[in-house]
Amino acid sequence: MSGHSNDNVSSEELWGGGRSPYGISYGKMYMWFFLVSDALTFSGLLTAYGFSRAASQDPWPIGEQVFRALPGLEGQYPLIYVALMTFILIVSSVTMVLAVEAGHRNDKRGVVRWMLATIVGGLFFLGSQAWEWSHFIHGGGGSFLLAKEVTITADNGDEYILPVGEPIFMDHHFGEIAEAYSNGDASVNLHEHHGHVTLTQFGEHTHEVELHQLTIHKYIEDEQVISGDDIYTLWEARSESFTFGANMHENEYATQQSYANFFFFITGFHGFHVFSGVVINFIIFIMAYRGVFERRKHYEMVEKVGLYWHFIDLVWVFVFTFYYLI
Amino acid sequence: MERDDLIVNDSYSLNAQHSEEEGVKIRKKIIFVTVLLTAITAVEVAMGVIFKRAETFSWEMIKWTFVTLTLIKAGYIVMSFMHLGEERSVMKKTILMPYLIFIIYLVYIAITEGFGHLYNLTNFH
Repeated sequence: MSGHSNDNVSSEELWGGGRSPYGISYGKMYMWFFLVSDALTFSGLLTAYGFSRAASQDPWPIGEQVFRALPGLEGQYPLIYVALMTFILIVSSVTMVLAVEAGHRNDKRGVVRWMLATIVGGLFFLGSQAWEWSHFIHGGGGSFLLAKEVTITADNGDEYILPVGEPIFMDHHFGEIAEAYSNGDASVNLHEHHGHVTLTQFGEHTHEVELHQLTIHKYIEDEQVISGDDIYTLWEARSESFTFGANMHENEYATQQSYANFFFFITGFHGFHVFSGVVINFIIFIMAYRGVFERRKHYEMVEKVGLYWHFIDLVWVFVFTFYYLI
Repeated sequence: MERDDLIVNDSYSLNAQHSEEEGVKIRKKIIFVTVLLTAITAVEVAMGVIFKRAETFSWEMIKWTFVTLTLIKAGYIVMSFMHLGEERSVMKKTILMPYLIFIIYLVYIAITEGFGHLYNLTNFH
């Protein structure tokens, strides 16, 4: 399989029948075969996710509730960020197919320009994913579990009987200091007085936050806000440990750790594909820029990395549906 | 076997080469697919926000709509962006057959086995 890029070999010599039965070069065919096997890996991961979810007895978090933050903005935007990431990847797929199209016209400038756009798109996607991971890991304020059964009235007037082990969610202003407090930060003081819970962080800028709102069922459909006296009832009934965001051992989104593990593995494995795709695109961009394909008189390498790059988009379409949407 | 893709001026890629006028047509189609993929994604997000999971029957319908829309998106990416639609039929079958065989089987097993504990509850208690 040594490359003799300057030898002229006739197709009669290459193939007994004069042409490849598939009508494509061996390099492109093997890229396709690789993609088939890689797609089976992702199918396996998504199927395993579906299996865990179907087998789970506790409620499973839903995407619209977990992924609803936008960088630098307060408020709730269900799945808008993920949709934006999807759009970035679609656009970068389009610039890739435009690079392939330019290659078919032997338009070197076109190939170089569109390859560069594709690389930029890929970097934007990686950056978005880094933010999403960081947000997922830090969480939305953290939770504590109930150590005994509590009956409370939510702000909508409905009464809820919450069982032992029910997660109660704090807002992110309080959760931030609560995390420092639960980590044993000595500069944070807990103050409980007449049904008011206050955390004070002493330092250059003394920072005081009162617990004035709790949430139940935060990451499933029936999210309810709790305020008033019931806050103290819930705070009193808490067990020792808090959970903030997600790591390899626990997560605030679900009682099942597999929810967080699948997030890390599926989006991480996909993100690794994006990263390697950007690297490969960059190599091909440099080769196109230096005129390697111009001398070869065809841009088939662009087509091959294009296949890989489109495949990344393809996988994301499925991840988007099966992990985030359903 | 020689690297047939490295040989100067003698590659299957040459069959795919096209003129300036054909390029205009192809680019028009690329724009169409882009708009379609974006629109489907927007519809999916809107559906996810509007429809509630609590209503079991309608959510079941929504779920299958999501799967259908996803397959449409995937079809456009594979057939148009990845040019599989333009390859020989034997090539198309080689790539697509494994999915018809393995993935449908995999999904079937996952769904039936995933709900296994529910069947046990009803049968043995």
